[in-house]
Amino acid sequence: MTERKTDDVTGVETTGHSWDGIEELNNPLPRWWLWTLYLTIIWGIGYTIAYPAWPMISGATSGVLGWSTRANVAAEITEHEGRNAELVAQLVAVDMPALPQDPDLNRYAIARGGAVFRSNCSQCHGSGAAGAKGYPNLLDDDWLWGGDIDTIMYTVRHGIRNTIDADAHYSEMPAFGDILEPADIDAVVEHVVSLSSPTFDAALAEAGAVVFADNCAACHGEAAQGDRTMGAPNLADAIWLYGGDRETLHNTVEMSRFGVMPPWGPRLKEADIRAVSAYVHSLGGGE
Amino acid sequence: MTTQPDKPLYAARTPIFPRRVNGFFRRFKWWIMAVTLGIYYLTPWLRWDRGASLPDQAVLIDLANRRFYFLWIEIWPHEFYFVAGLLIMAGLGLFLFTSALGRVWCGYTCPQTVWTDLFLLVERWIEGDRNARLRLHKAKWDLHKWRLRVTKWVVWLLIAVATGGAWVFYFTDAPTLLRDLLTLDAHPAAYVTIAILTATTFIFGGFLREQVCIYMCPWPRIQAAMMDPDTITVAYRDWRGEPRGKGNVKNRKAAEAERAAIEAQAAGAGSAFYAGTPYPGQKTPPSTPLTMATTNEKGDCIDCMACVNVCPMGIDIRKGQQMECITCALCIDACDDVMAKIGKPRGLIDYLALSDEPAERAGAAPKPLWRHVMRPRTILYTALWLLVGLGLLYALFIRSEIELTVSPVRNPTYVVLSDGDVRNIYDVRLRNKSGEDRIFRMNLSSEDILRIDLEGKDTLNVPVPADTTVLQRVYVTARAGDPAATGDTTDLRLWVEDLSAQVRASKATTFNGRGAE
Repeated sequence: MTERKTDDVTGVETTGHSWDGIEELNNPLPRWWLWTLYLTIIWGIGYTIAYPAWPMISGATSGVLGWSTRANVAAEITEHEGRNAELVAQLVAVDMPALPQDPDLNRYAIARGGAVFRSNCSQCHGSGAAGAKGYPNLLDDDWLWGGDIDTIMYTVRHGIRNTIDADAHYSEMPAFGDILEPADIDAVVEHVVSLSSPTFDAALAEAGAVVFADNCAACHGEAAQGDRTMGAPNLADAIWLYGGDRETLHNTVEMSRFGVMPPWGPRLKEADIRAVSAYVHSLGGGE
Repeated sequence: MTTQPDKPLYAARTPIFPRRVNGFFRRFKWWIMAVTLGIYYLTPWLRWDRGASLPDQAVLIDLANRRFYFLWIEIWPHEFYFVAGLLIMAGLGLFLFTSALGRVWCGYTCPQTVWTDLFLLVERWIEGDRNARLRLHKAKWDLHKWRLRVTKWVVWLLIAVATGGAWVFYFTDAPTLLRDLLTLDAHPAAYVTIAILTATTFIFGGFLREQVCIYMCPWPRIQAAMMDPDTITVAYRDWRGEPRGKGNVKNRKAAEAERAAIEAQAAGAGSAFYAGTPYPGQKTPPSTPLTMATTNEKGDCIDCMACVNVCPMGIDIRKGQQMECITCALCIDACDDVMAKIGKPRGLIDYLALSDEPAERAGAAPKPLWRHVMRPRTILYTALWLLVGLGLLYALFIRSEIELTVSPVRNPTYVVLSDGDVRNIYDVRLRNKSGEDRIFRMNLSSEDILRIDLEGKDTLNVPVPADTTVLQRVYVTARAGDPAATGDTTDLRLWVEDLSAQVRASKATTFNGRGAE
């Protein structure tokens, strides 16, 4: 027999537990509390029958109500698509340069395009569209192939220098390591540096200007302002896709660059292509 | 190692049949019930004209549109600190009242108390007062009992439905919702909410009653912790009432004579005639002084059980402070009534501060009420309460009809443009809290070194429809070579001006240059 203690003041039996000299009384629980406990147990059993619950060898019991989070998400997506159907129809039909004249549609397109961008484009261009080395920054005002909405949409749809879409933007810069002497490459690099930097070797740059005019101006233009029809970058501005230091430029001239972007036409819905184009156009550089 | 419980692990509820009582506190409680229930049921039906584009319900929690309307005040989600402030005030108010007046919240204004009181009123009206209800409780389930019980339950249910119904009216336009509810066109959430609140009102008010206070509610424990000896609470003056007994009126004269004799004998024994204050739930009353055992002297308590019979919690206040006591003060009314009948002064059971006990026991006058109420604690609570309240009022009155929030885009922190200029991007939310469409003009400080442009706009004007927020992408550009472009950060302030109302608002932010690149 365990010794049973009784509280002196109340005459109630204690549990024997004591904290700082305060003993816990062993008063009976209310019976409705017990019934509530039984009720919750019954509810719990019913719950595991109604909903997916018991783990099996592969998967779990599906529950008699057939409830599934995946099915719910699918239903919700369908529901939202249904609600947006009218806007989607307008977006697919609209003449894209005229999109900003319809503020509601424009807002919808940009919001939708932001979601498309974060899912499909951010891997290369960054979640903030700031790009990375070799992947253009989409926030600035410099465009390789053109920054008006229709050109952006063309680029998204067909991509750049890929082998999948015959209509992709295409151009190829030769690797001048096979064509020019190393000294000429150094000279032309110095010339390119001189176009946007205050510190350069004037004599070397002057020599480079000749090399540039003979080899580079065909694509990049005589003033090195670039040519969007062939995606030739402007070499006189402050923006560098791969870097503007002499070593990087030397690499670029010697070995060339060949940036590739996949075509999104086969992968995205028409509305998504239009939306993501509107989004990119709205980031600050749209023309 | 066996234990044989001599009492069950689970106890059934002991039914309580509070008797009707009349008196000052009962009348006060009827008034409070009328006012609180009136506020609760009628508030959703008050109208307040806010113009054509806004709802005209005086108090409306518009969850769908994320707005809270209270008379002339409209709270947006980002101003939720007003609600937080009101909750802090409610908490401090509870601290103040509890430290000064004990569990007055429980006894007078707690919905559980008010609705239980209302349900008891119905119960008395249908089944009769305490004795009739006791008889009915013990009676067989015959037609008479069924008729009374079903009538009572139906009336309870109607009150419960009205209670659940009134709740949902706070969340949408009340007249429209009432029509929809009656034509079964309302949203399922409305019906489900009404059903749940009907069930809780019916069960808590009709059947669980004091069990809610004793077993479910955390407030009693918290409030008990906030009481101290100066707190005014409902208590029994045992030094005046004990020893209790049925015959103390009849024997008064004999007792007085005897007392005089005893006092003469035992000069110096003084106030030792009376028993000490019993502890809560004390099993056996403290032993009475020997000199009293043989006397006819009795206290003022005639043990009529009136205080026990009126108690909605089913306790005996004469046992001392108990956690069940909600200080509803009905026992005070019941006892005062009896004291008047037997020609004794009122207040055998009364609101008093426990710190006065030694003085009263010694026959001295208690401290005046205000000295119990005015204490550093209560003054501090009042000061804090006022501080928060005035702060909220100040925030309310300096609110502008237009507002902006500025979220600098930090991915990336800056963009270099082709001519070498450095651009920062800001997502600016412009709020038009007025009931009319407005045109806002954006601008910025340090115009000499920074340029502002708006995405998709040739001007700096942004139209913002009534009662909406517009997200505008704002570009701020520093010229290449400028200190702002080459430096680390530059402070700037974005301004927005309502062209029609001549109201301005601004937010400070920073401009990131290329820094130590």
